[in-house]
Amino acid sequence: MLKIRNLESGYGKLKVLKHISMHVDTGEIVTIIGANGAGKTTLLSTISGLVKVGSGEIVFNGKSIRGLSPSKIPALGCVMVPEGRQVFATMTVEENLILGGHVIQKKGKKVLAELLEHQYQLFPILKERRSQLAGTLSGGEQQMLAMGRALMSRPSLVMMDEPSTGLAPLIVREIFQIIERLREEGNTVLLVEQNAKAALSIADRGYVLETGKVIVQGPAEDLLANSAVQRAYLGREKFDE
Amino acid sequence: MIWEKNKECMSREDLEQLQLERLQSTVYRVGTHVPFYRSKFNEQKLEYDRISSLADLSRLPFTLKQDLRDNYPYGLFAVPLREVVRVHSSSGTTGSATVVGYSKNDIKTWSNLVARVLCGAGVTHDDVIQIAFGYGLFTGGFGLHYGAELLGASVIPISAGNTKRQIQIMQDFKTTALVCTPSYALKMADVMMDMGVNPHGLSLRYGLFGAEPWSESMRREINERLGIRSTDNYGLSEVMGPGVAGECEECNGLHINEDHFLVEVIDPDSLEPVKPGEVGELVITTLTKEAFPVIRYRTRDLTMLMPEPCPCGRTFQRMSRIMGRTDDMLIIKGVNVFPTQIESILFDIEGTKPHYQLVVERENNEDKLTVMVEAVESLFFDAMKKQRALVDMIKKRMASELGIGVEIKLVEERTLERFNGKGSRVIDKRVL
Repeated sequence: MLKIRNLESGYGKLKVLKHISMHVDTGEIVTIIGANGAGKTTLLSTISGLVKVGSGEIVFNGKSIRGLSPSKIPALGCVMVPEGRQVFATMTVEENLILGGHVIQKKGKKVLAELLEHQYQLFPILKERRSQLAGTLSGGEQQMLAMGRALMSRPSLVMMDEPSTGLAPLIVREIFQIIERLREEGNTVLLVEQNAKAALSIADRGYVLETGKVIVQGPAEDLLANSAVQRAYLGREKFDE
Repeated sequence: MIWEKNKECMSREDLEQLQLERLQSTVYRVGTHVPFYRSKFNEQKLEYDRISSLADLSRLPFTLKQDLRDNYPYGLFAVPLREVVRVHSSSGTTGSATVVGYSKNDIKTWSNLVARVLCGAGVTHDDVIQIAFGYGLFTGGFGLHYGAELLGASVIPISAGNTKRQIQIMQDFKTTALVCTPSYALKMADVMMDMGVNPHGLSLRYGLFGAEPWSESMRREINERLGIRSTDNYGLSEVMGPGVAGECEECNGLHINEDHFLVEVIDPDSLEPVKPGEVGELVITTLTKEAFPVIRYRTRDLTMLMPEPCPCGRTFQRMSRIMGRTDDMLIIKGVNVFPTQIESILFDIEGTKPHYQLVVERENNEDKLTVMVEAVESLFFDAMKKQRALVDMIKKRMASELGIGVEIKLVEERTLERFNGKGSRVIDKRVL
């Protein structure tokens, strides 16, 4: 679905991503883990077209999306759930969701209504709060709204940037359960997370980013068992197992 | 039967993406973790974090058996010893031993790849598999063992040797699949005859043979005598052990586990890649090994790639069975001769047994190759005439197929040394 080869990008003179290659297959949850400043968000922003590609290829569903404007990419089926939710605070929950469906608006009201209903099924709390202003929601609810808003465009790839940021552990668990459910429903997810343990436990595969480079990659269970990953990202030493 | 359909049948495009990602991280990791590779990369001024395509592989340095010896025992390990859960050592057929290590993940991968090979050969969890490879430092025994367990087969870890007992157990335990070297399979057939055991009365159905070069005619002989279907599988301890490649039920070339190994076939002299379909030396780069990754390891094994699709549905390309080794290749009167070629001729000739030995000498500055071959007992009671006719016939065949004249010496059955494991059938007496 998504294939990236030798990608380099950054901000002005600052190169953040150094020669990254990775891919996401249909129906997978792939996670990018790494410390602060490793380049995880830059990677998602580059795929979304928000950060300019220096060199390398980004191929989405067989088509190069390098250099496309950020407004064109979601219409191709590649959407991002940004870090810190970024819902429209002064709009209602339902307005936020409908806005997410703008790329399929021409398919008619019926399709839109069905999609809306589907999001309410996935996130029942949003149905309860449908006419409430988004700004009044709790952090976890806002995260769900941001996810629901992204799903409203029926994307083929959902990219999530740090969905666990600033949420209580219980809510984080719920969010990750929902991500797993998204896969069960046939969605494909690229998940960027600092919470490596939680991300790897639901992902199929993972890439470990360090100062802009992929240093290890492989099946998530292998990464969980990889001692270098354990020491650096899972906070576990061999002897205290 | 395909063990991991989503991998073994993946599109070439997806495979190439996966190979590139894995090559990049392997090269980066050995560059940062293994001093040997770091200094080689630095010598070549190679930016090991900037591998951009699979074609970049040709810019990387080769790894030789000698490099493994020079770094004996742990010098080429890419992880600290505390992460290593298993150590094996190569058989040392051609010189001093070398040491390889495996992490937990490596063992898991290895088992899985061996399970692919077993499954490709037709073995399932319903089979009783007798592993007559040596258990120990040699990778054959343990490699097949873990793969067979993962597959769910019932494993008899009998190890090598004590042929009579092997056959007894094969009878009593109703073994359905036999794992050993092809020459040992033939030895078993001999011993069965001695013991009055009819191989066709056994439960045996599959044979998975490897660890030494063999020929198509040898396969026919084994299949007929033991009443089984035998498949070839390939591996070497420096790269992993068994599980690198294996034949599917088509019995026509070995599928290389290309998602874990990147292969090249090169001309051993010019070191350039050979043309597609040409025979050359197999060079392997590991893509997922954690503890003991190798870059462009020169196997000295001669093979050719068969990139055309296989009817079985696997997309991994095949390689032909090993046609010999660059280092047991004989150059006789300037002609390259592989023992397997001679073996193949002998198999086709009635009156000879599949046991032979080659003696190379130099007389009056001229190479002389003598083929000592076992002939059926009846020939030795018979007139000399028949013997001579047989010798002449073999000579003629050899001359036309090898392009050189050879001496033939018939010996009585069971007078030549038998090999349980790997051994060299060549005695080179030339002082060069």
